[in-house]
Amino acid sequence: MNSLSRRRFLKISGASIAAASALTSMNSVVKGAQKVSEKTGKSVKGIQKIPTYCSMCFWKCSAIGYVRDGKLWKVEGNPIDPLSAGRLCPRGTGGVGAHYDPDRLKYPLLRKGKRGEEKWVQVTWDEAFEFIAKKMKNIKSQYGAESMGFFSHGIGGGFIKHLLKAYGTRNIAAPSFDQCLGPRDTAFEITYGDVIGGPERTDIENAKCIVLLGSHLGENMHNTQVQEFSKAVENHASIIVVDPRLSTAATKAKFYLPIKPGTDLALLLTWMNVLISENLYDKDYIEKYAFGFEQLKAEVSQYTPEWAYPVTGIKPELIRETAREMARYKPSTLVHPGRHSVWYGDDTQRGRALAIMSALLGNWGRKGGLINQDVFDVPSYPYPEYPKPKRENADNPNRKYPFGGAEGYTTGLREATLTGKPYPIKGWFVYGTNLLYSLPNMQETIDAMQKLDLLVVIDVVPSEIAGYADVVLPESIYLERYDELFAPYFKQPFVSLRQPVIAPPHDQKPGWWIAKKLGEKLGLQKYFPWKDVEEYLDTRLKMAGLSLKEMKEKGVALGEKPPLYFEEGWEPEFDTPTGKIELYSTHLDELGYDPIPKFTKHEEPQPGYFRLLFGRAPMHSFSRTQTNRLLTNVMDENEVWINADVAKRFELKSGDYIKLKNQDGIVSNRIKVKATERIRTDCVYIVHGFGHNSRMLKGAYHKGASDSRLITKYKVDPLMGGTGMNINFVTFETEA
Amino acid sequence: MARFGMVIDTRKCVGCTDCVIACETENDVPNGFARDWIVQISNGKFPNAQVEILSERCNHCSDAPCVTTCPTGASHYHDIGGIVLVNHDECIGCKACIESCPYGARFVHPEGYVDKCTFCVHRVEEGLDPACVSVCPTHCMHFGDFDDPNSEVSKLLQSRKHHSLLPEAGTTPNIYYLT
Repeated sequence: MNSLSRRRFLKISGASIAAASALTSMNSVVKGAQKVSEKTGKSVKGIQKIPTYCSMCFWKCSAIGYVRDGKLWKVEGNPIDPLSAGRLCPRGTGGVGAHYDPDRLKYPLLRKGKRGEEKWVQVTWDEAFEFIAKKMKNIKSQYGAESMGFFSHGIGGGFIKHLLKAYGTRNIAAPSFDQCLGPRDTAFEITYGDVIGGPERTDIENAKCIVLLGSHLGENMHNTQVQEFSKAVENHASIIVVDPRLSTAATKAKFYLPIKPGTDLALLLTWMNVLISENLYDKDYIEKYAFGFEQLKAEVSQYTPEWAYPVTGIKPELIRETAREMARYKPSTLVHPGRHSVWYGDDTQRGRALAIMSALLGNWGRKGGLINQDVFDVPSYPYPEYPKPKRENADNPNRKYPFGGAEGYTTGLREATLTGKPYPIKGWFVYGTNLLYSLPNMQETIDAMQKLDLLVVIDVVPSEIAGYADVVLPESIYLERYDELFAPYFKQPFVSLRQPVIAPPHDQKPGWWIAKKLGEKLGLQKYFPWKDVEEYLDTRLKMAGLSLKEMKEKGVALGEKPPLYFEEGWEPEFDTPTGKIELYSTHLDELGYDPIPKFTKHEEPQPGYFRLLFGRAPMHSFSRTQTNRLLTNVMDENEVWINADVAKRFELKSGDYIKLKNQDGIVSNRIKVKATERIRTDCVYIVHGFGHNSRMLKGAYHKGASDSRLITKYKVDPLMGGTGMNINFVTFETEA
Repeated sequence: MARFGMVIDTRKCVGCTDCVIACETENDVPNGFARDWIVQISNGKFPNAQVEILSERCNHCSDAPCVTTCPTGASHYHDIGGIVLVNHDECIGCKACIESCPYGARFVHPEGYVDKCTFCVHRVEEGLDPACVSVCPTHCMHFGDFDDPNSEVSKLLQSRKHHSLLPEAGTTPNIYYLT
């Protein structure tokens, strides 16, 4: 099974957790939680504490919203939440600013000018639904239901997804796979028969040695991961960081390897060479659980530290020393599999190398390694069966990318829209993702949108993609609405509830309401048999032995903890063709791909150009938080990190404004220089998400530069279709 | 007597600014102002540069020049733990305290009085940690009583290398950074 782990699929469909045990493990943390008056919202005096879960990023920590005299005051972590342990990250704490954001969408809008002109007429919800329903009916009769596509990010898209499935299409895609973690999960699926997932199955807090390869924990603020990383630092775990930039995590490291960008795979293969040639790997583990060791040994024998030195820029002795350090602490050496892994187009193979490193160190299934997770089983709502699409999905015809499409294939759906092949895609719904900033090559997205008869954007802020929509539907923010239940795979299974803490300030509506009302306009009432979302949630929760009433008070219910390690009774089963950890992949061999990763050189910058690298800042999420005034108060523009010597050569100093021009002549907005000793001389770095050009985002307009505009080139991973984006080069233009 | 202060572990701090945002919501700090902030200090050449990340705020000094210079007595030591506070009603906004503070911890609130970190005295009185301490996802911040040798903050100072900011200013600051 290529696209979704069969193991996970089986778990999802089997009721494995006794609901009764879950009930007894709940603790009441919030007393006196009251229903918010959805009509007035302001009538209640004093302080109310209302549990919900966060949506400032995808981690979805459980939170408690504080309402003081009817106004939103603050948001704190829910102490019984296994993800946050009562402590939210800066974005979660700053969620208050999303409610008060003066730039948020307020009313439904209908396009008046050309796509992208951002000219609108304010309409009623009913007028908006009439417009959309008419277009959708036309598309269905003229082209077929499959000609509607849906791009979605985040759990909030669930109800809209249901609507579109009921309408008859499965052309549904999420950038979280092809533009983020897809290569990593594909690689682990191939190697172990199971994915890393999110929240990741990483036992950071118990690791004695942690290897971060381009993973900038502390700047990417995945709450649980950062909390556990901090514990590891406190416990004096040996930390090895590989990054062209001295990241925050690198400043905490015992070993920092300032690698030449694009050569991570070379380093990984060389580490394998050292672990094997010096007999440092976990022999018993490999013998017991792994397949293809001899082939691996033969293959990596060529990758000596002396070979790697000119390739990676890392001295042979440092490569050997770090390999020995990892072996010293095995099996509690965690080679972090990372998350955002679409870098160079051979990313699944790099993910494979990470997976093989973990096997050589014997850490899958071991304390401080990659551990077992389970899920709180909440049955899905008993909906009638969806209509079966008449045509296969348009995003990955003939399975061009054999491992593609676990969450739909975004750029494939875009290409189908652009080319009309294998069949025309005439309508898009876009939920919660600023596609122009999440997919590479913005122009391709703009060109594809010109082919559409209908573009509906549902969001909370007027992102750039909204500027191209025919209809913009303003959703209430997460603190103002009910949403789907959240029950992820985690070491401590749980289910959490999102419920409104405060009323929306304008005519914003929740996704469930939008889906139901539009469904009714489309004659799809039978797919929305519930009166309102409370009835929907209560039905599902009752099937899981819970109820909406108790969840509204507690916010979180805990499930039964699974055995985390082999030693605790987690069965070492691997859902691969050989039933073993495949160091040598029989599946890849069968399909004609390298069964063991090989290093290939990537293009390097021309003189005067620098590789454009991008990442995250802890106080912002994607391109959707740059108008949140609590967050802009701590960061309101991004900077371009330039090595201090390079900056001097270009006569630039910190604080200067410049523009970045890429290899295709695309010029960015102006951006502030950060001349720094924290980055190599052959690359520059900017935080993703800034550089907005939507005039409706008044608080963010033209503040900083967008990496997305400069990513005109991308290299597609032949295995799963992910878009490698670290292959663009920029030079500096000083302002006249 | 108690002497309240903070110990902040720079090894664990990642500079995420959660402390700053939690302070703003907890204390309704007006937008554009901050009672605490993050400083990152970088030294040395790549790739051997060293970086120290500091979460900074009013040091609640035991010899606070802001208290001495205040002409009206608005700036004062609170009964509990020597926390340095500003009585809004007595403050005339003359800014003498702002001039005298070596840490730049004070600002004029849009309503006219001088404002700054209060160690969240309203929370401390309820037995809670200040908002910045209780929100920190890295658990790098600790609040407590330096006069109690058994307090967590006292023990941390006994067991770890540490420094304070601008000790040469002679204000006896009560925030320490573990290195």
